[in-house]
Amino acid sequence: MTKIKSTESFGKKLLKLVKNNPVPLMFVIICVICIPLSGYSAGYLIGEIITRIARNSFLIISLLIPIMAGMGLNFGMTLGAMAGEIGLILVSDWKVVGIPGVVLAMIISIPISVLLGWFCGKILNLAKGREMVTSYIISYFISGVYQLIVLYAMGPIIPIKHSSLVLPRGYGIRNTVNLLSMRQCLDNLLAIRIGSVRIPVVPFLIIAVLCFIVVWFKKTKLGQDMRAVGQDMEVARAAGIKVEETRIMSIIISTVLAGFGMVIYLQNMGTLNTYNSHTQIGMFCIAALLVGGASVDKASIGNVFLGVILFHLMFIVAPKAGMNLIGQAQLGEYFRVFVSYAVITVALVMYESKKRRANSLTGLKLAEDQEVAK
Amino acid sequence: MGNEAAPLLEMRNVSKEFFGNKVLSDINFTMKKGEVIGLVGENGAGKSTLMKILFGMDVIKATGGYGGDVLIDGQKVIFNTPFDAINAGIGMVHQEFSLIPGFTATENILLNREPQKHHFLSEIFGERLNLLDRPEMSRQSEAAIKKLGVEIDPDMMINQMPVGHKQFTEIARELSKTGTRILILDEPTAVLTEHEAEALLAAIKRLSEQGIAIIFITHRLHEILTVCDQVLVMRDGLIVKDVPAGETNVAQIAKWMVGRDVKSDADESREKAAHLLKEEGKPVVMSIKRLWVDMPGETVRDVSLDVNDGEILGIGGLAGQGKLGIPNGVMGLYPAGGHVVFNGKEIKLNSPRECLDADLAFVSEDRRGVGLLLDETLEWNIAFPAMQIHSKFLKKRLGGLVKWRDDKAIANVTKKYVDMLEIKCTNTKQDAKELSGGNQQKVCLAKAFALEPKFLFVSEPTRGIDVGAKALVLQSLKKFNRESGVTVVMISSELEELRQTCDRVAIIANGVVSGILPATAPSEDFGLLMVGHKAEEASNE
Repeated sequence: MTKIKSTESFGKKLLKLVKNNPVPLMFVIICVICIPLSGYSAGYLIGEIITRIARNSFLIISLLIPIMAGMGLNFGMTLGAMAGEIGLILVSDWKVVGIPGVVLAMIISIPISVLLGWFCGKILNLAKGREMVTSYIISYFISGVYQLIVLYAMGPIIPIKHSSLVLPRGYGIRNTVNLLSMRQCLDNLLAIRIGSVRIPVVPFLIIAVLCFIVVWFKKTKLGQDMRAVGQDMEVARAAGIKVEETRIMSIIISTVLAGFGMVIYLQNMGTLNTYNSHTQIGMFCIAALLVGGASVDKASIGNVFLGVILFHLMFIVAPKAGMNLIGQAQLGEYFRVFVSYAVITVALVMYESKKRRANSLTGLKLAEDQEVAK
Repeated sequence: MGNEAAPLLEMRNVSKEFFGNKVLSDINFTMKKGEVIGLVGENGAGKSTLMKILFGMDVIKATGGYGGDVLIDGQKVIFNTPFDAINAGIGMVHQEFSLIPGFTATENILLNREPQKHHFLSEIFGERLNLLDRPEMSRQSEAAIKKLGVEIDPDMMINQMPVGHKQFTEIARELSKTGTRILILDEPTAVLTEHEAEALLAAIKRLSEQGIAIIFITHRLHEILTVCDQVLVMRDGLIVKDVPAGETNVAQIAKWMVGRDVKSDADESREKAAHLLKEEGKPVVMSIKRLWVDMPGETVRDVSLDVNDGEILGIGGLAGQGKLGIPNGVMGLYPAGGHVVFNGKEIKLNSPRECLDADLAFVSEDRRGVGLLLDETLEWNIAFPAMQIHSKFLKKRLGGLVKWRDDKAIANVTKKYVDMLEIKCTNTKQDAKELSGGNQQKVCLAKAFALEPKFLFVSEPTRGIDVGAKALVLQSLKKFNRESGVTVVMISSELEELRQTCDRVAIIANGVVSGILPATAPSEDFGLLMVGHKAEEASNE
């Protein structure tokens, strides 16, 4: 193997790199073109990117474990996001402020996430091989349940004391929940400044710990079982691994992490859009992960960070570049949605075509064998 | 081990029925510690079913269990699941690899039996959060590999391994289980190169010296003679021979395998010989050169074959050797390469439409998947391809601008074939899915007949249908050939039915043609070809 590699020409290597990582390279090119057009300073861009890494990485990391278990991109992470939002709404009402508020919101989200994750995992076990589309639809379904609870049950059934949270009619939560009491409390704790760039140390520490946990988790028995189940369910089952249980576990873990991630995300934003915050979060996280070079069946922590940097760099520079180029800032927002869907589509198509290419390889092998035999 | 005098494994009067269909009867044999038993037989002889019983596979229990007793160390045992069998010291290596492709050999060998380390988090959250003990894993897998006595890299990924190493990994996995005393190897050498197979045979001998008893299923008979102490020959659900390997030879075993000498119908064979003679002067209508087909489980490696005009050519061979891949590859249903020339014209591979346009037709072995539109009526099923491909049964209106379906003609042609093939149905508008298997098969044939092809591939036409329907299907094929002069290539696992129906029979082994014989050749010659002896070797022995 190594011998063949060393004799490969540089051009071939480059071609291979392009072939294996078309999506990240495309984004690098877009960013390289847009950065000078936008006219932003390097300091500003670095500061923005650091904020966004701190804000989004946790959410994206929550996607890794279902991919390891062979369940694809977990669109159902939205379920965890909703659990985190419910936690934040209750904590705001109870007037628990600052870091205790954030921690309490996370704790409240855990049982909700576990329940939703278990439900989602159960359903995905009934739809093996179609996990992605199923989890996508489940997220809409549970979004409806969430609206029912937040719009009608909060007030009459779940007591909400403070009228600032409640709609004027007397029940249901307002469109926006102000999280000023918790705003950036994690980010500002122990934050340090390097030049004009503020570094939120605590979120970075949390993310580092999570990365460590993910790496450690891969080495546990459960992690090993998930990898086995992800690659071949039937072989794993024949070896006595409880396939269904393992798959459900992976979704529960993902959902719980997504709940934590949403709390971190929203404390940075400072406001909660009660009915909208979670709707697109799953899609943007998945798009970011794919931009980082992940695929439906393979993703690493490296993909997460590369993805956050490239995906968000584009969002920062594209509107300004569009403004400077054709005088229209909407271009950026338009890009955001358009590109997310495009990236997911490309990733799904590539996943299929890669499988097909692997199939045609066995054919080529047969033809080759004939030549050898001759 | 309790009673030393008792044999390690004993089967007493074991029998098995699938829905009233007896597939095993009166199986008796014993096995000592360290003994190697070779188990041979044609497909469908009952080898797999017997091994499934021994290994406690779920399918046996789900279909009503089995009769007779299985004894280990003289004690009667009942295995409800494979895990019971494993606990009793039985290891089985299946024909299909049961390995995780992206795992290393070590990870596969110890799959779900990994040594683990406890720590404080696993005390709280449970056993599954234990860390894997990698050094201990390496130690155990290396020990298992050493026991087997082969050289495989324990840290190599399975998907980068040559096939032989995968096989060794699987055997090493069984050996790493504590207390494996009986090892079942189901055609372990079928996918191996000669060199790899030799290494495996050496490993089998070594294991037997270590006291592990081995049941070795294979179609390569000379392997049996090399490593086995005892040979069990199965046929039609019975053990027909149980002899020491030293007292027999390949030709004898092959004869026992295919068994029953056909009652030679003198007239029929004379008619056949005459027909053959007549056909020999006929030109080649289809010439297949260096065909490969990537059909999972039926890989064709390098087939060259000439089909004469107007003959019925049989293609036989054991399951998984590639006979089914030939028609599927030529007709473009699976990726294929090589050259196929039909009537002097090259047929483009991987394009079903082109084959159909060239007046080839194919009755698939997968009648529910490829063969039939299950939710449509008989009329539709029979007429649809002809309508689609040759624009038959269409009435032109408005000067050919609009084509109308000619329902009357469709009903007529359906009626004709229903009568001809004696398809049992309430009327020609019945849904295809409501018919029995045999009648569905007849509809598939009718569909192909309605195309009025020049050349017909028929794949496993009698699979899973009853005796009466079988005879009728074969008869109508023969009639179709003799009366319309259509060249027929029939692929079947049943040698007897090929010999009855065809003029010549080609046998496929390991993806290549191992020989072509006239249908009147004795069955042991075919048996030898099936187990991979080339024609010249067969005549030498």
